[in-house]
Amino acid sequence: MVSRPCPVCGTTVLAGEAFCEQCGHDMSFVEPAPAPPSAFAVAAAAGRSSPCTACGSDSVGSEGYCENCGMLQPTGRDHMEIELGPMAGVSDRGLRHSRNEDAMALITAGEDAIVAVVCDGVSTSPRPDEASQAAADVAAATIAKRLAEGEGPESATRDAVRLAASTVASAARPGEDSPACTLVSAVVERRRVTVGWVGDSRAYWLGDHSSLLTIDDATPGTHMLTAWLGADAGEVVPHVRSFTTDGPGAVLLCSDGLWNYYPEPEALAATTLGAPPLAAARRLVRLAIEAGGHDNITVAVIPFGQGERAETTVAFPKERSD
Amino acid sequence: MTDFAIRVDQNKYLPAGSQEVHAIVTVEASGPVERATATEAAEVIIVDTSGSMAYGKIAEARKAAQAAIDTLRDGVYFAVIAGDHQAEVVFPGDGRLAPADPRSREAAKDAVARLRADGGTAMGRWLRRAADLFSAHQVSHPGAIRHAILLTDGKNEHEPAPEFDANLAYCAGKFVCDCRGVGTDWVVAEVRRIGSTLLGSVMDVRRPEELEADFRAMTEAAMGKTVADVALRLWTPRAATLNFVKQVSPSLEDLTGRRTDVDALTGDYPTGSWGGETREYHISVRVPPGNVGQEMRAGLVRLVVPDTGQVLAVGNILAQWSDDPAQSTRINPRVAHYTGQQELASLIQEGLQARNAGDVETATARLGRARGIAQRAGNEETAKLLDKVVEIDPESGTARLKRVVDKADEIALDTRSVRTVRMRKDPEG
Repeated sequence: MVSRPCPVCGTTVLAGEAFCEQCGHDMSFVEPAPAPPSAFAVAAAAGRSSPCTACGSDSVGSEGYCENCGMLQPTGRDHMEIELGPMAGVSDRGLRHSRNEDAMALITAGEDAIVAVVCDGVSTSPRPDEASQAAADVAAATIAKRLAEGEGPESATRDAVRLAASTVASAARPGEDSPACTLVSAVVERRRVTVGWVGDSRAYWLGDHSSLLTIDDATPGTHMLTAWLGADAGEVVPHVRSFTTDGPGAVLLCSDGLWNYYPEPEALAATTLGAPPLAAARRLVRLAIEAGGHDNITVAVIPFGQGERAETTVAFPKERSD
Repeated sequence: MTDFAIRVDQNKYLPAGSQEVHAIVTVEASGPVERATATEAAEVIIVDTSGSMAYGKIAEARKAAQAAIDTLRDGVYFAVIAGDHQAEVVFPGDGRLAPADPRSREAAKDAVARLRADGGTAMGRWLRRAADLFSAHQVSHPGAIRHAILLTDGKNEHEPAPEFDANLAYCAGKFVCDCRGVGTDWVVAEVRRIGSTLLGSVMDVRRPEELEADFRAMTEAAMGKTVADVALRLWTPRAATLNFVKQVSPSLEDLTGRRTDVDALTGDYPTGSWGGETREYHISVRVPPGNVGQEMRAGLVRLVVPDTGQVLAVGNILAQWSDDPAQSTRINPRVAHYTGQQELASLIQEGLQARNAGDVETATARLGRARGIAQRAGNEETAKLLDKVVEIDPESGTARLKRVVDKADEIALDTRSVRTVRMRKDPEG
């Protein structure tokens, strides 16, 4: 084992040390990086207020069973909903997988910026659910921290992905394959959207000229990843793109559990725009489940420029090579 | 106050794609041992006074009715009906029920002493008269336990079948009726219909002199009831189909057709009145196929008093799909036991029917098989009764019908075929 950076403050921690000397963070892998409590919304277990994840009816009883179709509502990571200020995320186990290996983190950074990260654990790797949650938490917390320190969103994103990658890589145990996951992040500021990604989780711009913002790190037509976070991934270099717009519209982050069924930006926009973000995210997850729910599904919706429709239309994202 | 508890025994794990859910729902009512004197009760004693009751039987019936009257606690409203091809209220006779006290008991017993066996048999009319007495009483005493005892010794010969059907339907829900058949001339199927419709027991009384103790015991049991008109309320998921709801203990009673819809997904099944006792129900639901890992509520069972909406107890019937055969192929022992009890009852009833129709082969097969199940499941009384009808060669295990069978044994076997035994080896006690 080699020395590694503390996922919270970045201080290098020597191999064998259980805690970061600088900030006291517990360096054991299963504990995701804690973020300021006010920033992270608590993942709400589907309660009375949420519609049934199976049939969509508004009649889930206090014991967690739907009073229409009888289905037990998932708890914990099986079905998570986060609503934070203007944005919302929903993550669901789907129908075929025994656990939810997707993860998401939503966080606000100062007055103006909001940050969302979606990670998809690689099913064939060990403990992918732990890997994805740690990566999402570390990446979101790091972006927020770097922005607060005055860094720009692009370099904050690169830093965050590198730190998340080293966190996942350091989780490898002797004698087993390396835990692995994908990552897609979005930083939304006043007029600027910055996305970063590794793997095949996607970001979409939904609005006028709805479009896919990411290019999958995967062999075309397959789900064979060509880049991921993990000890066996070599040096991880994230793609980072940013663009400016006056909107209105929304940034959508999702795992392939959604885009396998609904890859078209226009179709996603039709479902998402006009609804409150949580309702839109729930609706997209519902659609993916009804389409087969073969994989875990995670959707984060960040509305953008909800005010007056501006003169300016979307400035198309310009490719930034790294 | 009586406390109710529901326990559900089932294997909730289903193989992927499987849809049949079975559960045994045990309802246990417990309360203070002493009689709940506060509970309002009404009792009607119906005695068959048809011509066939002459000689020994009517004398024993009189004694039995008098014993029942003596067992009524003070304040219980009661009446006595003498039944032949008509129904006559011999006490109190003013269209109402009279409260029990030393004077009214004496007056009622005097009336009973004057009963004479004469006339025909029209049980539906007797029951209808009782129903009218109870209905009139209920106006001023809502929520009272309403119970009747019916004694008969013969076939329902003097009432056309449609009238009997209409009278039975008229009575359903108005009171609970325990039925007793004395001698060997009554028809088990006929009296069983009354017991089933009116949620009461049916038993054969072999010798008239046994009546007195039996009537006393029945009246005591009725006095021990504390909650009237309880229903089993069952919710099932929208996409599910209810296969059946059956009482399986202390006796078999198919309640499936007795449903009263509460809403699109919920129905009430009548269970009558309750004292300190335990009853068990077998519920089967067909659910839509699910995916491995998913769990659903296949049924929500509640014990309710429909008139007040009071919920006495609640239980969940679940389904969870599993890809582990060790989980999903196990049959819950209690479900297996009561499935066996139901099979035993049908084997006996089919066997006796085949025997009466002269189909020796079917009768032998059914009754022989029933004997084996009775032995294994611990139905000792049933096994003894089967031994009077069928012989099993201890060497070969081959069954053979007995040539001479006492009619009283046949009636007892038929009558008691619906009575079940509880599980012998119950891991949970």
